Amino acid sequence: MSSSIKSALTMLRLSVNNHPGVMSHICGLFAGRAYNLEGILVTPEDDGATCRMWLVVKDDGRMEQIVKQVSKLHDVLDVHVGQAEPTVFNRLAGCLEC
Amino acid sequence: MLRLTGAELTIRLLENQGVTCIAGIPGGFNLPLYDALGRSGAIRHVLARHEQGAGFIAQGMARVSGRPGVVFATSGPGATNTLTALADARMDSVPLVCITGQVPQSMIGTDAFQEVDIYGMSIPATKHNFLVRSPEELPRVIAEAFSIAVSDRPGPVLVDIPRDVQVAPVEVDGLPEPGRATPMPTPDSASLARAAELLNAAERPLLLLGGGTSSPEAAAAVLEFMEQQRIPAVMSLRGLGVVPHGHELAVGMLGMHGARASNMLVEECDVLMVVGARLGDRATGRLDSFCPKSGLIHIDIDASEVGKLLMPQVGLTADASQALRALMPLVKPRDRGAWLARVDARKATHGLRFDREDDILSPYGIIRHVAKLVGDDAVIATDVGQHQMRVAQAYPMNRPRQWLTSGGLGTMGFGLPAAIGAALERRGGMAVCFTGDGSLLMNIQEMATAAETGANVKIILCNNNGLGLVQQQQDLFFDGRITASAYTTRTDFVQIAQGFGLPAARLTAGKDPQRVLKEFLGKPGPCLIEVQVRAEDKVFPMVPPGAANSQMIEGIPS
Repeated sequence: MSSSIKSALTMLRLSVNNHPGVMSHICGLFAGRAYNLEGILVTPEDDGATCRMWLVVKDDGRMEQIVKQVSKLHDVLDVHVGQAEPTVFNRLAGCLEC
Repeated sequence: MLRLTGAELTIRLLENQGVTCIAGIPGGFNLPLYDALGRSGAIRHVLARHEQGAGFIAQGMARVSGRPGVVFATSGPGATNTLTALADARMDSVPLVCITGQVPQSMIGTDAFQEVDIYGMSIPATKHNFLVRSPEELPRVIAEAFSIAVSDRPGPVLVDIPRDVQVAPVEVDGLPEPGRATPMPTPDSASLARAAELLNAAERPLLLLGGGTSSPEAAAAVLEFMEQQRIPAVMSLRGLGVVPHGHELAVGMLGMHGARASNMLVEECDVLMVVGARLGDRATGRLDSFCPKSGLIHIDIDASEVGKLLMPQVGLTADASQALRALMPLVKPRDRGAWLARVDARKATHGLRFDREDDILSPYGIIRHVAKLVGDDAVIATDVGQHQMRVAQAYPMNRPRQWLTSGGLGTMGFGLPAAIGAALERRGGMAVCFTGDGSLLMNIQEMATAAETGANVKIILCNNNGLGLVQQQQDLFFDGRITASAYTTRTDFVQIAQGFGLPAARLTAGKDPQRVLKEFLGKPGPCLIEVQVRAEDKVFPMVPPGAANSQMIEGIPS
């Protein structure tokens, strides 16, 4: 992966309510506003009441706006913005082969 | 301890919210809700003739009251029919709660009769939505739905209730606290100070007021701020009426069909303070040419609107009235005589002129004549098209919540049901619905609802036998090729209205149109008044789509 793409990736870590519609809300927002979503990982936390969600997002200069829009979703409890290590989901995929 | 069914509990929760009227249509999968509603003495039901109509009736109620409108629809087509009204409410920030019936949970996903995934379909059309999985969830979900609908930036919420949840027994320990608006945090003091600094240094400050200032509280704060600071204002389509028409500091609507004076002053100002407006493309024109010389302060209740399209020098996430009241003590009134003289001059030389406004049978004339006959108390609703832009330009809107129009989504068919909802909410108060033949045909079935409820709705139909605003664009930008926008048969709207039980008349030169208009506006209950207008008559001035607001074009006299 080239360095320019590396620097353009951001990791959003969300805490969200855990129910069947949450993924639709998140993915619908990214699709509807044409934000680039490169990868998603979700696991339950807090005895299944909430989920932790990691989103790898291509930063095309709209990251502040993306964070504001994601924060507006009623089921999103917390948003944390961090650096994305570009191969993290690929390495994880290696562990998950079935 | 209360022992109820899910449906009975839902109705009790709606009563607990203070709901007094619901618009909707029953069907197979919301019948338990209707049965419980029928046994409630506290809630009136308005039977619409199409669920989109029900959605807009509820919007009319919400737009004039500020309280959430409530819609009932059954599963499948009933639910999908509400989507346009929900999307419209989302765009214009109107609080709605839409409660849909759903097939029993055991049948979800089986392609059952009248099954549709309305939860999934309504995600982008609503502020939030719920699928209720057990009757025990109802107290929390209904309270949250109402709270979300009115909190911060208002919007529509959908609650989908499967039939098995409606009929299941449930025991609850009393009813919860009703869902209310959550208070907004106080505006950030550092941002307030920077906004005040910009305004204090400004020679030529200007306000842009949007729908976020259209509550009576916000409008009062706006007026106080303007008069204290002597700062003039332009309005977006949804900001009309916030400052009384004709106020010395009110310039008028900006944007695509606004006053040239408004667009020019936005270009000339040195600080533009946007309050409760989202800088939509119809208002700004080409964004890179919008307020090119000015500093920008953007106040909006929705944090994501600040910086979405233009990065302001100062952004403030706050309720409009809270922010303006906090700003008032920080801004020093100063002499801006030269700027105000400039504003007056622009208004005089580049204000709107209305073609044939004295002729009651002309597109602007009918609007001016109606305005002379009805007071400020009347609610003014429109549909979408040329008549809508003409009403926005020419009707003297004088108070907040007087003006109901589909701004963001631009939904033809909005006008009649919204006017019915407004008239019913105001218990006999008059709602005028300016409409065109294209728009009226899109929800004409609600004439039956108007007749049945006796809603005091006066339909003013400007009939050009076609889609006038489409023809205008085709004529101007597609070399005059009028494709699929002129109707080839004539519809007799007077006869249709009479068929629904509404008194109706066509204004004609030979039959004393002034007298007929006055007579019909004075009748109790709904009626229709038709004026024949020409499709060739265009709405001017106009910013061509994609052009800068400075590039307004005028009409060639026909």
